[in-house]
Amino acid sequence: MADPMKIRANLVGDSTEVKVLMAHEMETGQRKDAQGKTIPAWHITNVTATHNGKTVLSAQWGPAVAKNPFLSFKFKGGAKGEKVQVSWIDNRGDKRTDEATIA
Amino acid sequence: MNPQRREVLKRGGGVALLAALAAAGWLKPEQVLAAEAWNKAAFETKSLDETLKVLNGGTPAQSKDITFFSTPDIAENGAVVPIGITSAIPKTESIAILVEKNPNTLAAVFDIPAGTESSLSTRIKMGQTSNVYALVKADGKYYIAGKEIKVTLGGCGG
Repeated sequence: MADPMKIRANLVGDSTEVKVLMAHEMETGQRKDAQGKTIPAWHITNVTATHNGKTVLSAQWGPAVAKNPFLSFKFKGGAKGEKVQVSWIDNRGDKRTDEATIA
Repeated sequence: MNPQRREVLKRGGGVALLAALAAAGWLKPEQVLAAEAWNKAAFETKSLDETLKVLNGGTPAQSKDITFFSTPDIAENGAVVPIGITSAIPKTESIAILVEKNPNTLAAVFDIPAGTESSLSTRIKMGQTSNVYALVKADGKYYIAGKEIKVTLGGCGG
C-alpha cells in the first residue's frame, strides 16, 4: 500500500476546511528512462472524500495533477471530533483511504 | 459461446469490462460505481475544443464569476503549479481544470455535491506556457474562465 496521506480538517465558522497531501508518483507516461523506454503512466484516477457517510467531494484525475498531490476544499457542516475520510484509487488498482478528525 | 460473454472476454480489464458486466446483468450498477468510473476519453483529448466536445460542454459562456486564487502568473516549476478556483455561479456541480498546451488537455474534474463550497485548490503539471481554463458546470449549463500561466521549466518530463 502507498504511504499515508496527511489530512487536516479544521472547523472554520460553520464549515470544515480540508487539506490533503497525498503520496503518489503521478507518472505522466510522457517520460523516458535512461534506456529510452517510455515510463508507463501511473497516477491517481479517482478521489473521494466523505463525512458522516456523505460524499463531500469526488474527483477524476489525469496524470497532469502534480506529484504528491495537494488538495484543499471546504464543505458546510462538520463538528469537532467528527471524521473526514479521503480515498483514492490509481490506474493500477492501488488504493488508499485515510481519515482525519475535525479540529 | 454466449455472444455477450465473448464480448466481455474480448474487452479485457478495466472500466469497459465492468460496464459490459453491468450490461450483462452480472454486476449491480452500484458495484460498478463503487469501482470508480474514469472518463478515459476526456483525459485523452488534445485540445480545448476536443475536451469541451467530449465533456458535452458545447460552447461554454465566459464567466466573470469564476476566479482563480493562489495561482501564479509565472510558474517557476511547471511540475508543481498551484491552481485555486472559485465559482460563484449558483448550483455549481463540477469544476474541471484544462491546460490548453499540455499533451492531454484535461487535468482534473471535481464533482461538487450540495453543501460543499465550489472553491478548491490543487497543484497541476504544465508542460509549457499555456492558458489554463476552469470549466464549470452549474445547473446543467457550462461556463468557462481562463488565465495564462507562463512556465519557465516545463513539468511533463518530455
